[in-house]
Amino acid sequence: MVLAGNNKESWFRGQKRKMANKLINQLGLPKSIANIFTARNIITAKDALSLTEFELMELLDVGMSEVTSAMAHISELVCPPCQTALLLMEQRVRNESLAGHLPTQLKGLDEALCGGIPFGVVTELVGPPGIGKTQFCLKLSLLASLPVNYGGLDGRVIYIDVESKFSSKRLIEIGTKSFPEIFHKKGMAQEMAGRILILRPTSLSEFAESEHDCGASRQQALGWHVSFIKSLAEFSRIPIVLTNQVRSHVGDESLMYSFQAQSRSTKGDIPVTFDSHLVAALGINWAHAVTIRLVLESKSGKRFIKLAKSPMSPPLAFPFHITSSGIVLLDNDGIEMKGPEISTIHCQGQNALFNLEMAGH
Amino acid sequence: MEIGMLPISASKRGKLLAAGYTTLHSILRTSTTHLVRDIEVSESEALEILNFATRSNDLDKSSGSNTNVIDGGQTAWDMLNEERFSSLITTSCLDLDNILGGGINCKEVTEIGGVPGIGKTQIGIQLAVNVQIPLDYGGLGGKAIYIDTEGSFMVERVLQIAEACIEDMSEYSHHFHKDNQAFGVKMHPNSILENIFYFRVCSYTEQIALVNYLDKFVTEHKDVKIIIIDSVTFHFRQDFDDMALRTRLLGEMSLKLMKLAKNLSLAVVMLNQVTTKHIEGSFQLTLALGDSWSHSCTNRIILYWNGDERHAYIDKSPSLKSASAPYSVTSRGIRNSTSSSKRIKMV
Repeated sequence: MVLAGNNKESWFRGQKRKMANKLINQLGLPKSIANIFTARNIITAKDALSLTEFELMELLDVGMSEVTSAMAHISELVCPPCQTALLLMEQRVRNESLAGHLPTQLKGLDEALCGGIPFGVVTELVGPPGIGKTQFCLKLSLLASLPVNYGGLDGRVIYIDVESKFSSKRLIEIGTKSFPEIFHKKGMAQEMAGRILILRPTSLSEFAESEHDCGASRQQALGWHVSFIKSLAEFSRIPIVLTNQVRSHVGDESLMYSFQAQSRSTKGDIPVTFDSHLVAALGINWAHAVTIRLVLESKSGKRFIKLAKSPMSPPLAFPFHITSSGIVLLDNDGIEMKGPEISTIHCQGQNALFNLEMAGH
Repeated sequence: MEIGMLPISASKRGKLLAAGYTTLHSILRTSTTHLVRDIEVSESEALEILNFATRSNDLDKSSGSNTNVIDGGQTAWDMLNEERFSSLITTSCLDLDNILGGGINCKEVTEIGGVPGIGKTQIGIQLAVNVQIPLDYGGLGGKAIYIDTEGSFMVERVLQIAEACIEDMSEYSHHFHKDNQAFGVKMHPNSILENIFYFRVCSYTEQIALVNYLDKFVTEHKDVKIIIIDSVTFHFRQDFDDMALRTRLLGEMSLKLMKLAKNLSLAVVMLNQVTTKHIEGSFQLTLALGDSWSHSCTNRIILYWNGDERHAYIDKSPSLKSASAPYSVTSRGIRNSTSSSKRIKMV
């Protein structure tokens, strides 16, 4: 997360959010109907909106027209403010650096992302262990703390280190190799590193899967985290980057819809491939929730970073390698991928990965 | 019990029954003065009850050629004439427009669902831009409302699609109207962005409140011709322990949207997510929000991967044939698929 810039407008929007929790008798409804709501234990606007109008009519013992007009009044107050797409764009151009982007300094990637990692949304880095996700995070932390004239956000960074992978030594090394002019100045390394706050959860139990949690409640907890992180990103207009693990997926065929299954059976048998490949952890709900997904993978001995999900970029894959100054792209044009290849995650050549990691330190 | 159908409060209903008014007919035979005396209500309340009863009774009668007596009734012939002139919003992909009968229909609710990354938001943004294509170019010249529940609305992308749309339009006018200088004032991408009303919804209560408020908003902004909800699912998938309540709330919301679409002649497009379901011994993909939600839209389109190509499949529609068509997502927006074998497949 990077905190940078002035966010008055987003604070104001945040205030309006609380309308849903406002008490019904403070919303300016006629006294008579407001009292009826309270008498039936419908205290907040949210309580009223969580029932259908028919149910309200029965509960409050009033006619339909009274319910409709009361709900219209409440709804107008609770509903979010109206903006236009133009207004959004102008605000960002005016208030934020590069209209709300954190440049990664990887030319091809920044171009594809219209400037860099976008503010206000969640960007996910997913890939097999050792591929370079932490390296990328370290570089991003540095970039966010750099002064604006060096392409940074001049901001502070919160680094939540769940797996204890943060290495301040490596951070300084990346900084010194990538931005020698800054880091050799006296005190600059301390200043930059001082802007990055590392948080380590004291116990992993909150993050670890509980054996007793069945699918449904785990999904609910995940859903809550998703909403929270997304709201945080949006209201503070900061980029939030997180990493995700992979798990194996041995399947005889990928998931299909019922109408696809029908047409398949009439065509006759298609050879089944028992292909073991990797998928991102946390399932399809999570995949829907992240706005940008960057997949890091290794194929035929080369590593690629690919835009598996991005509303404003084509699905491009860029070859990269890791040097002492962090991740470096080998080709800024990128290869466009098609079909299921966009989201599959390859992991080959484990030995090669470990060697590169050692070289990096 | 016919009295149960009247939209009056439970206590009034109780009083009617207690006073001996057990059928609609008994209410219709009486007068306001009698009602005032028998059930102890005011003149105006008695008149209101009588009006409700009359209207209820008319709905039971079979319709003659005079449909004005019945509230909301319309003959099929009248509807056919209306539908002929019904407006369509292009998706910018010819194959997709073809299976849709020309485009997304105003006056109808269309649900579009698919896996992450398949292009739902892309189609949503494309439609929000295309609804603004001026009448001169065969469009509706309307405005759009974009309801964003997940934060997937990226302004950079809207700009890309808007600029491409304007370029396509000027190319069209250049081709077909070389001599006509006055044809087509060149639009600016900013004016396209200005005509997209954007609402960011952060909870299901805000979503329900907004749908309630839309009636007033669209009446004040009569040129809105499309409402896109991206996605309708997100806030209803968490926070709900009582699934029956969720179904009722979703049902009411979708009814309101259908009414909005029909009465104000605009298109409502709901984007939906995907979940896995265990059917007949295997896991299959299906649209989220459950089986009862499937009844809530008029048309349902599923976006899916067919090999390397994106396809759209008409899963449910009262008037369109089940067919699938390929499409592609380019830097300019939704376009025809570039593959050579782009035949429309009839299922």
